[in-house]
Amino acid sequence: MNQSPSHLVALAGNPNTGKSTVFNKLTGLRQHTGNWPGKTVLLAQGSYSYHGHTYQICDLPGTYSLLASSPEEEVARDFLCSEKPRVTVVVVDATSLERNLHLVLQILQLTPHVILCLNLMDEAQRRGIRLDLHGLEDELGVPIIPTTATTGDGLPALKDAIARMANGTLRSHPQPLEIDPEDPCASLYKHAEQIVDRVVLTSEQGCVLTERLDRVVTSRLLSLPVMLGFLASVLWITIVGANYPSELLAGLFSRAEDLLTALFMQIGSPSWLHGALILGMFRGLAWVVSVMLPPMAIFFPLFTLLEDFGYLPRLAFNLDRLFQKAGAHGKQSLTMAMGLGCNAAGVIAARIIDSPREQLLAILTNSFVPCNGRFPMLIVMGTIVAGTVAGVQGGSLSAAFVVLGALLISVLATLVVSKLLTTTLLRGEPSFFILELPPYRRPQIRTVLVRSFLDRTLTVLWRAVIVAAPCGLVTWILANVTVFDSTLFAHLSLWLDPLGRIMGLDGMILLGFLLGLPANEIVIPIIFMGYLSQGTLMEVQGLAAIRDILLDNGWTYVTALNFMVFTLFHWPCATTLLTIKKETRSLKWTLASALLPTTLGVIICTILTKIVSVIGV
Amino acid sequence: MTLAHLRPGEVAIIQAVNTNGFLRQRLQDLGFLPGTPIQARFSSPSGDPVAYMVRGTVFALRRDTAAQVLVDPVGRSSS
Repeated sequence: MNQSPSHLVALAGNPNTGKSTVFNKLTGLRQHTGNWPGKTVLLAQGSYSYHGHTYQICDLPGTYSLLASSPEEEVARDFLCSEKPRVTVVVVDATSLERNLHLVLQILQLTPHVILCLNLMDEAQRRGIRLDLHGLEDELGVPIIPTTATTGDGLPALKDAIARMANGTLRSHPQPLEIDPEDPCASLYKHAEQIVDRVVLTSEQGCVLTERLDRVVTSRLLSLPVMLGFLASVLWITIVGANYPSELLAGLFSRAEDLLTALFMQIGSPSWLHGALILGMFRGLAWVVSVMLPPMAIFFPLFTLLEDFGYLPRLAFNLDRLFQKAGAHGKQSLTMAMGLGCNAAGVIAARIIDSPREQLLAILTNSFVPCNGRFPMLIVMGTIVAGTVAGVQGGSLSAAFVVLGALLISVLATLVVSKLLTTTLLRGEPSFFILELPPYRRPQIRTVLVRSFLDRTLTVLWRAVIVAAPCGLVTWILANVTVFDSTLFAHLSLWLDPLGRIMGLDGMILLGFLLGLPANEIVIPIIFMGYLSQGTLMEVQGLAAIRDILLDNGWTYVTALNFMVFTLFHWPCATTLLTIKKETRSLKWTLASALLPTTLGVIICTILTKIVSVIGV
Repeated sequence: MTLAHLRPGEVAIIQAVNTNGFLRQRLQDLGFLPGTPIQARFSSPSGDPVAYMVRGTVFALRRDTAAQVLVDPVGRSSS
């Protein structure tokens, strides 16, 4: 028989069955994710070798069924029908056999080459569930491999079964089913019930730990403190933990810059070329990477840990009422939480909302939540204002209050704008909310690290890098090309000044926000570059030094407040805009996502400035 | 009565799902079918949505969705 060197294997299953853990244990680091053509559905793909053969594994989206028309279900069905995988492994939750068999029976209608991976066997054992595996094998006519993917139990047997089915020595003989075309769902569940009646020997026990935890996590009294506790811990670890690696990276990049500069000197390149490429492009890129990478590399794994543990569905459950009133979806709370790490990631996360209107709403309003890149701006200004106006000495306490206040305002703005949108632009049938609350599970640290790094950190960082380099170049050109005795940068800031004054800011600040399009992290360095008449991005160390420069340039506490408002509400960074364009595939909605927060920011700043000038404080 | 009337701990048997379109399809896929036992488990802090146990899995539904599911009450159950 002519054997192809590589076999295609599909991995299917319900959500929350440990399917990704199986995938990770099979493939290790040899994996990547991509979109199914034409759909914003992530497909993780990977490969492994076993006895001289390569197996390409495609991790299909977790679905409860293949009958309905959600994009995930369509992708899973299309893949099985069009790619015709040699073997389809269906990962099944041993503690919830009936529901899982519903999907297994549907897949058996599409392909006979199925292996049933009966996962979470340890959980089934703990909960006193006993199964007749041989009986199940006979009922379905497909090989059954019991596994506990978290410990790796049963995975060698699974690999062996895949290999034998791929080379034809292991065959399946699924029984033909009678399915009522009028009501396929009911007939499938009827079959599933009959099978379960025969093979589940001792009945289901509830998960005691999950019940106890849920009583606390969703209670009237404790749900809010638990949420704030998780939120505060994640943000604190991220902000504090990112400092050291950020400095380390910045140091490495500055050494590289010195080396590159020496190289340019040696080959005698003109100084404009060195300026444009090194001081412009390279420095801009290095700045963005060194301030962006560490917080993301810390925030995303922490977030994924909460996800893996099972807390995030409870968060959506607890907050849904609030979002329901604004016409939005409870899962928007999760995309907002993700937005705290990075708005681009928050926009991608909106895929978990399965109704198009609420998904768009979550995408359009995500940048109302300040991301990691904007926290330092808020903290610096907030601390200076607190110190100057209220005489409060800086420190982590005032920083914490600034962040908390900013978060409250941004959540409020998100809800108000969502409400506005659902009563105007996005009017229509509110869709429904069905949310599975899976049992709490011990997070898989390794899987979490791999997934969060590959899926989130790298994706976002790459998009940031693409925009940072050209924008660094543009900024350098503006700051170094002189026309009529002053730089283009100075001309632009002068031209923007009247608009800036109306908003209680100045032209330099607006220009900083405009040129800070690639990443909010470089807004303040650009403003200082302008104030200090420098030609490259400037970092000023120490709050006192920053305050003096700002005071020298005519800042008052109103300027600082307006700066903070505009930090919260202006156009999303280029990375986020790029992502919104990708997700919505619409220029109109991308523009709307920029106009919404900007309009709000301009209005609030203008009104604030007007009020202060009238009262005269 | 409907699912929305079920208090935490109470068990009922689903009689009918009174919606159509995608929501109906989705509920059916999740096993909300006539004759299926369902138990209200706990509610969110604001009382809406409520978590229900169906076929061994817990799903949260909003009150307006739960009001579309007709049920026959059976009584209370501890598990």
